[in-house]
Amino acid sequence: MSSTPAREAILTRLAAACRTPAPVPAPADIWDAPELDAPKRLELLAKRLQAVRTEVHVTPEKQWKAKLAELLAARKPATLAHGTGAWFAKDLPGICKKPGMPALTPYYEDVDQFKDALFGVEASITTARAGIAETGALLLTPDAGEPRLLSLVPPVHFVVLRARDIAASFAGAIRDLKLAEAMPANLVLISGPSKTADIELTLTFGVHGPKELIALILT
Amino acid sequence: MKSDSFDFTAALQKALADPQIGGNFRGALDGLRGKRLALFNDAEELASLRATGKALKARVLSRLPELLTQLEANCEKNGIRVHWAETTEQANRIVLSILRECGADMVVKGKSMVSEEMGLNRFLEQNGVEPVETDLGEFIIQLAVEPPSHITAPALHKNKLQVAEIFHRCVPGAPYTENVEELNAIARTTLREKFRTAKAGLSGVNFAIAETGTLVLVENEGNGRMCTHVPPVHIALMGLEKVVEKLDDLPPLMRLLTGSATGQLLSTYVNAITSPRAEGELDGPREVHLVILDNGRSTMFADPELSGALRCLRCGACLNNCPVYVRVGGHAYGSVYPGPIGAVITPQLEGIDNKGDLAGASSLCGACEEVCPVKIPLAGHLRRIRAEGQAAPGEGCVRGAGAKRSLVERLAWTAWAYTETHPRLREYLLRAAALMGDKLPEVGPLKTWTAARTAPRVAPKSLRQRVREEGIRHE
Repeated sequence: MSSTPAREAILTRLAAACRTPAPVPAPADIWDAPELDAPKRLELLAKRLQAVRTEVHVTPEKQWKAKLAELLAARKPATLAHGTGAWFAKDLPGICKKPGMPALTPYYEDVDQFKDALFGVEASITTARAGIAETGALLLTPDAGEPRLLSLVPPVHFVVLRARDIAASFAGAIRDLKLAEAMPANLVLISGPSKTADIELTLTFGVHGPKELIALILT
Repeated sequence: MKSDSFDFTAALQKALADPQIGGNFRGALDGLRGKRLALFNDAEELASLRATGKALKARVLSRLPELLTQLEANCEKNGIRVHWAETTEQANRIVLSILRECGADMVVKGKSMVSEEMGLNRFLEQNGVEPVETDLGEFIIQLAVEPPSHITAPALHKNKLQVAEIFHRCVPGAPYTENVEELNAIARTTLREKFRTAKAGLSGVNFAIAETGTLVLVENEGNGRMCTHVPPVHIALMGLEKVVEKLDDLPPLMRLLTGSATGQLLSTYVNAITSPRAEGELDGPREVHLVILDNGRSTMFADPELSGALRCLRCGACLNNCPVYVRVGGHAYGSVYPGPIGAVITPQLEGIDNKGDLAGASSLCGACEEVCPVKIPLAGHLRRIRAEGQAAPGEGCVRGAGAKRSLVERLAWTAWAYTETHPRLREYLLRAAALMGDKLPEVGPLKTWTAARTAPRVAPKSLRQRVREEGIRHE
């Protein structure tokens, strides 16, 4: 079916009614979130993530493997999925080799082959490319090394973020990562575990996406 | 939804007589209003945000055709295929042909008001494709075979007892439970299987960024990401007013949308889709299609005043704050978009002859305007729609203008004008009214008017007469 006649008709109607362009609002007239220094960003991000039921652990980078081992031991997922492109992918076998640790399920095949395995996995771990303090969000840009479904399908999602990657605001993150010039194929902001309030506005967690979101912020 | 035999008065009376509607809505909407106020607790910041939102969307409207072609060009460059539809019928056909091409006999759907506008589910069912609503609220009402009653909380009119009954009756193997967590779990289990096996997913669009060719979807549940990431084909539906100029415009608009809708600083997920599965990626859809729907919007756009409603972000705040909507709920409006914004756009989309009555369901109190994140002058628009209904032949711009013009009303106003410009006649009539005003039989329009109101008592002497006799007292 050709939709070209529809396109022409719509654009012609719009053009016939078009008015002089409204001016671009001056930057001073555009709402923006305030700037924050690094410690404030970390503090605010942790606070706001926790407010929407994300578990937050701030840990020095040197000790983060021990921290992850501790969190895994407490939660005991049978399996842990991860992308092969994560910077910590090479560390995971070491962390998970002790008894009681989850079996690693690397996501390296096409989803058509991996889908059934993925829907059975109990937990996943991904990186976050940035954090956003002001809205309390983790910014993920899934790619070949860390596919999109890792942060969505498994019921428990661990996210690893370096504190230096925390931007003050969403607008700040857009600037820092130069997103307007090169948007990744998919970008997601995640602020907490999946939730809904569709029944009597009763807030419940884990409706379709992860039931638990655990953020490890490395300082 | 066509509504040829729609009787708004009867629908309102039915809604007002149902205590469950009033109860379910009032409780829920009080909660939503409270959350919005708690988030926007800084009046100055809110004023700055709303001014920003209005300016950004007004600028979009001032450059609409240009931005739509830019969006199209950038989407196509990113590998997203763009389709245009003038009517809902065309849009339905486009969706069906994409589904047929990928061999899908079932499609998982994220929340999309445009798909409601299209009557897509019914169309797909008639053509042998099963649409599966996956937003929890939409899932509930799809099982109950009902339309949404609110644009962001579609099952707001159902309480948990009703949901418990619907799930037990309609979901194979579901036990009866009134526990909300367990009800969620039933939906999760049922729908996961659908996500895993669907060959196509469908979604709406909250913002489409022209600069980067990006589709932005806002949600809390994760079902929208499931629909747009898991199946090999993703179809996104948008009304042509959803385009936004730049990525930088997103942060303030996002804050306004989630804050106004649910009082959230940010939704759980913001899903920005710029291309189908890229080279080397292991998942994500192989095809992404964007359907841009007009369905009367370009006609709205042609009216310099009423086009203001095209700034709408579909947050639902005007519904939550409307004293009429709160009492009668969404179904009474008999249209996809209820509440103040629905009463403004529905008569424009479906014609004043069909839906002009909706604009009457307002006290013009202005509560909707006060909360609108993009400052749509809703009360002014409602008055304008009412006036369009009374327009003289040849005047009026909205489809079906003049349809509400009645002989009785015109005669009444002509008589009133004549009386007011002829003092002696006026004096005479006032005296007559003082004598007989309270004894008028309650028939015709007077009966309708007094059905829900107490008739005012007519004073024995007019104000003019008393001033003449008693003088003016300065107290």
